[in-house]
Amino acid sequence: MSVAPAIELRGISKSFGPVQANKDISIRVAPGTIHGIIGENGAGKSTLMSILYGFYKADAGKIFIKGQETRIPDSQAAIAAGIGMVFQHFKLVENFTVLENVILGAEDGALLRPSLAKARRELAALAREYELNVTPDALIEDIGVGMQQRVEILKALYRQADILILDEPTGVLTPAEADQLFRILARLRDEGKTIILITHKLREIMEITDDVSVMRRGEIVATVRTAETGPEELAELMVGRKVLLRVEKAPARPGDVVLEVENLHVVDGQGVERLRGIDLQVRRGEIVGLAGVAGNGQSELLEVLGGMRPATGRVTVNGVDLALTGRGADGKARRAAGVGHVPEDRQREGLIMAFSAWENSVFGYHRDPASGTGLLMDNAGIEAEAAAKMERFDVRPRDAKLSARHFSGGNQQKIVLAREIERNPDLLLVGQPTRGVDIGAIEFIHAQIIALRDAGKAILLVSVELDEVMALSDRIAVMFDGRIMGERLPGQTDETELGLLMAGIEGRPEDAAAAVQEAQEAQAQEHAEEHGTAQGGGHG
Amino acid sequence: MDRLPGWADAVLVPLVSLLLAALLSALVILAIGESPVEAVRIMVVGAFGSTYGWGYTLYYATTFMFTGLAFAVASHAGMFNIGAEGQAMLGGLGVALVCLALPWPHWTLALPAAMAGGAVFGALWALIPAWLQATRGSHIVITTIMFNLIAAALLNYLLGGVLRPAGSVEPATARFPEGATLPTLHDMLAPLGISFSRAAPVNISLFVAVLACLFVWLLIWRTRLGYEIRALGYSQTASRYAGIGPVKIVVVAMLISGGLAGLMAVNVVMGEAERLLLNPTEGAGFIGIAVALMGRNHPLGVFLAAILFGFLYQGGGELGLWTSIPRELIVVIQALVILFTGALDNMVRMPMERAYGALRRRRKA
Repeated sequence: MSVAPAIELRGISKSFGPVQANKDISIRVAPGTIHGIIGENGAGKSTLMSILYGFYKADAGKIFIKGQETRIPDSQAAIAAGIGMVFQHFKLVENFTVLENVILGAEDGALLRPSLAKARRELAALAREYELNVTPDALIEDIGVGMQQRVEILKALYRQADILILDEPTGVLTPAEADQLFRILARLRDEGKTIILITHKLREIMEITDDVSVMRRGEIVATVRTAETGPEELAELMVGRKVLLRVEKAPARPGDVVLEVENLHVVDGQGVERLRGIDLQVRRGEIVGLAGVAGNGQSELLEVLGGMRPATGRVTVNGVDLALTGRGADGKARRAAGVGHVPEDRQREGLIMAFSAWENSVFGYHRDPASGTGLLMDNAGIEAEAAAKMERFDVRPRDAKLSARHFSGGNQQKIVLAREIERNPDLLLVGQPTRGVDIGAIEFIHAQIIALRDAGKAILLVSVELDEVMALSDRIAVMFDGRIMGERLPGQTDETELGLLMAGIEGRPEDAAAAVQEAQEAQAQEHAEEHGTAQGGGHG
Repeated sequence: MDRLPGWADAVLVPLVSLLLAALLSALVILAIGESPVEAVRIMVVGAFGSTYGWGYTLYYATTFMFTGLAFAVASHAGMFNIGAEGQAMLGGLGVALVCLALPWPHWTLALPAAMAGGAVFGALWALIPAWLQATRGSHIVITTIMFNLIAAALLNYLLGGVLRPAGSVEPATARFPEGATLPTLHDMLAPLGISFSRAAPVNISLFVAVLACLFVWLLIWRTRLGYEIRALGYSQTASRYAGIGPVKIVVVAMLISGGLAGLMAVNVVMGEAERLLLNPTEGAGFIGIAVALMGRNHPLGVFLAAILFGFLYQGGGELGLWTSIPRELIVVIQALVILFTGALDNMVRMPMERAYGALRRRRKA
């Protein structure tokens, strides 16, 4: 190659104790390209990028930036070398404006005013050049995640970055917002920036990258031109075996109504209305999927149904009213009413991480007659039963005495699923069933959920992965801002329509992305004006 | 971070902490011109060299077992019960009231009644902070500390007035009736032909304490209630998911904790003093925290740590008798042990984990 690569890694290795997170990694990223790095959770992608950004020090190996060997002991050095990072979880100050966030840490001199004025000019120029539209005076807490992400990108560009690393950038975006992001990335590339995109989503790799490196268990197993590969090949490289990408299921045969939700309202501790009148039905033998961007009330709905949060309204299961406040509005009563619950956050809710697998195998059911006699728990019996469950659900390692924290995300999820499914609930609530779960386990988990449906159970699924909702659901309800925007059948809708509903827009405007952006900007502008007047007084 | 194997975590870490505390103590003793070797000899002989020494060591250990268990049970529920001191004082009041209430014919009747009295009073003293924590979020550390002070003031008031026998000028209750005298180890071993110091205060409460260790083990690891206590202690959120009522568990765990602290008075008030004096606990409630921390909140660990602290108390007392090492320095030594085994746990654990990880890597390579 005649041009020096923008970034070259040679033989990077990094261990954490006995775990080798990165093993002899070598990558060359050509300037002006988008280079994807794909791999399952725990494959070592984030470790590698943390080394590149100076958060970790590699045990061995060298980094070359534009042909020059460069040491990156900290993030200051990374910025000096022209590397900008957009993290999965944004690092923005919520009650600062966009402009203030952009200059934070890059102010010139002690006075803020000149910096702000300069930043405002540069921001306008950058926004024009790369179509990175932001509202400079809006507070971060008032703008949508899509714009927050653009602020992060602008922060990097403002610091003269010409190599941008994005870590799982679409996790929090609607499909339309993701499309918009990809257009920005393409534009940045065309202007000569180099981009490294870390993701576990095959579709994104195929859509936007020029080259892709696949990581598995800390190693780069292949680097290929994106145009010369396909999702099946990439998936196989990631997992190390053939993977079924599509969910295979027979058509649903819905029966009687199991879950009936009427006019459900939830007001949280801050007085914010999180659910604004939900009506929903789930029948026997069907999977109803709740789609939506995180934070639009899906979690609250699951928590109410699981007995973890008080609400007003009416909920019946098999025609019997569930208590929504006070006594009887808890997980114990829900289980007695035949409601199983795979919670969204298995590590904080579904499992006690310090408990062994067998102790977790009865968590929530520890008062059942099957779990013991009288005051005592039947530890030996529970452990034997847990070992059998782990066998049936292929939990690895198959050690019931091991504490939950020592299992991988996928195996933790299998422990929760095994517990909830094998109780044979009439209604199963499933939150983010495959978040942080590797591809191999995803197949298995999906198959279990479908098997439960085929056994005539009602299933309510919440997932931020639209692909998952579309693949599993027999009916899709889209939530936005505490309401159900609409219900669709998976065969009769597509991502664009669902994406619009997720953004709170009904109908089908010609240019979907533009409509979304317009709606957001109007919202941010509105907020900015409110704050502008309030702040104006303070500054004057 | 590499995790140490279980045995190293439970045995090696406290031992190394103890060694460090001993080392530092030796330096302090050297600094004031005394011989550390001689000091250790005096402590060991004083605590374990005679049945008299053993008798005192075990007597202190009995007390620390109760307060250690009290802290451990609350700890499993995620509560930092710093109020064993006050709960034990109230336990003392309960024991005294029971013992003085009837002309007890025999200790076999008096002991269960006094145990109930001590446990109930201790438990009730823990109830209010527990209730405030569970329903109002008032922090249990703050409330239990305040309840320690209230307990001391209450005892002060009662012993100065209502409970003081007419004509006495001492702030103490009347002596308990003859039938409420607990058999000492001397009394119990004599029929077996084993001679044990008559002067040592160790009594049948020691066996009550051992039974309490067993009870706590059973409770925490074998019952549904113990399962819920541990679950709540590890994660409030997950417990809400599982339908475990936090109010109930916090209150029940604190009742048990306070009850165990109250039982300590059976040893001190009924077994030794045979009347209720001012400050019957003498800081044993706080020592219980160190005992539980060192014992990893496990009853076996509490049992062993209690004996260690019994040794420190008895040996330390002997040191004061036979050397010119001042009394304050003995407190310093005891404090060093508490500091290293309780508070500075991670200072020892983390380097050990690192060393262990390095060792493993080298072995693999």
